[in-house]
Amino acid sequence: MFKRLAEAGATVALTIDGKAVQAKSGDTVAAALLAAGLETCRTTPVTGAPRAPYCLMGVCFDCLVTIDGVGSRQACLVPVHAGMTVETQQGKREAGR
Amino acid sequence: MAAEPSEFDVAVVGGGLVGVATAYGLAREGCRVVVLDEGDRAVRASRGNFALVWVQSKGLGLAPYAGWTIRSSEAWAGFSQLLKEETGLDVSFQRPGGFHLALSEKELEARANILRRLHNQPGVVEYKTEILDHSQVKKMLPDIGPEVVGASYCPLDGHVNSLRLFRTLHTALRQRGVTYLPSHRVEAIDKVGGEFRLTTTGREIRANRVALAAGNANMRLAPMVGLDCPMKPERGQIVVTERLRPFLNYPVVTLRQTDEGTVMIGDSKEESTDPAGLTLGVSATEAERAVRQFPLLANVNVVRTWSAIRVMTQDGFPIYDQSESHPGAFTVCCHSGVTLAANHALTVAPMIARGALDPALVGAFSARRFHVQAAG
Repeated sequence: MFKRLAEAGATVALTIDGKAVQAKSGDTVAAALLAAGLETCRTTPVTGAPRAPYCLMGVCFDCLVTIDGVGSRQACLVPVHAGMTVETQQGKREAGR
Repeated sequence: MAAEPSEFDVAVVGGGLVGVATAYGLAREGCRVVVLDEGDRAVRASRGNFALVWVQSKGLGLAPYAGWTIRSSEAWAGFSQLLKEETGLDVSFQRPGGFHLALSEKELEARANILRRLHNQPGVVEYKTEILDHSQVKKMLPDIGPEVVGASYCPLDGHVNSLRLFRTLHTALRQRGVTYLPSHRVEAIDKVGGEFRLTTTGREIRANRVALAAGNANMRLAPMVGLDCPMKPERGQIVVTERLRPFLNYPVVTLRQTDEGTVMIGDSKEESTDPAGLTLGVSATEAERAVRQFPLLANVNVVRTWSAIRVMTQDGFPIYDQSESHPGAFTVCCHSGVTLAANHALTVAPMIARGALDPALVGAFSARRFHVQAAG
């Protein structure tokens, strides 16, 4: 659905749900998710409705994912780094993760 | 010419949890009931409470309060079932027992002392509260941190979804044809002939009986019917986390996971009566203790903090009274409007419907206990 306007820049290797993905240096996790073609990044705690990055500016909290083992982080506010592990979230977050 | 009969058998003043539980019980007795309430901006503990149905440590200083609390705790399962059958709404009452965690030997010793003093009072109802060490607690609460040295545990403790309880009781009132009048703040109460006339910010209401159930405002209202209701409001602050998968199977007095997944943290007490005020220091202390109790909460997101005013009588115990100068006027007042909701609906309301409080059950809770000459 999304394509990059420019392919220039260093690539950064990360995993999304265990799958190796290439992002660009300076991407947010949300940008990396969208560029990797993910349609949803979590389901809601109450109804289980699917959600994807939406506002991309830290306001809507729809892009919550687990980053490097810490749940409910806003993907649009966290820049990618090499070796990062990103996991999509299902429903309520697990305490301690 | 004879005056037309009063429109209502009972006017309940106050539309919070105590008022609506009492009104529900009165409606069950067949009374024609009106609930007079303030508007949406009323300071309302019913929307700002911790939702515990709590027994342990209740009754130190007034032994009958222990028995009164246990009576409600025992009635709660049936009460919630009754509400479910009537309204279809589940208030999520659970009574797995509850904990009071200690983060030092000193705290645990203080806990044990309180329970010892409570249970040594003459005439107190015996009920089980155990002091457990770290490993005993860990069997039931596997996520406690190493700093938890022990806890007191009482199998009678429980909790409920108190916002849903509030909604459920209002739903039940509507279904039973109770008249609910918001924006009818009571300004004056007069007894004319055999009936009460209540001057409100809305229309005048006439009723054969009056039950004052307006929380801290009972202090202002009670003298209008020759009663006394000394109050000492205080503020509490709560920290609320995002919704988490269930990890806590028991309520802790300062920390509970709701049926919807959020964790509520807080047991602060301040003398302030500003309901909008929050102090970061208090929230920070609550959060810090919560993380020492349950380290897995360390990186959980906080989604809300709020403060609310507690309804608190001057000595912390309930006040139930009937007026001698204005027969037919009652006060129903307490701090623990959630815990005692079952009693208010199923025990106090039927007494009011009959026209007299039963001294064997609530005689100890008259405000006459305050009427001693001050020393000095």
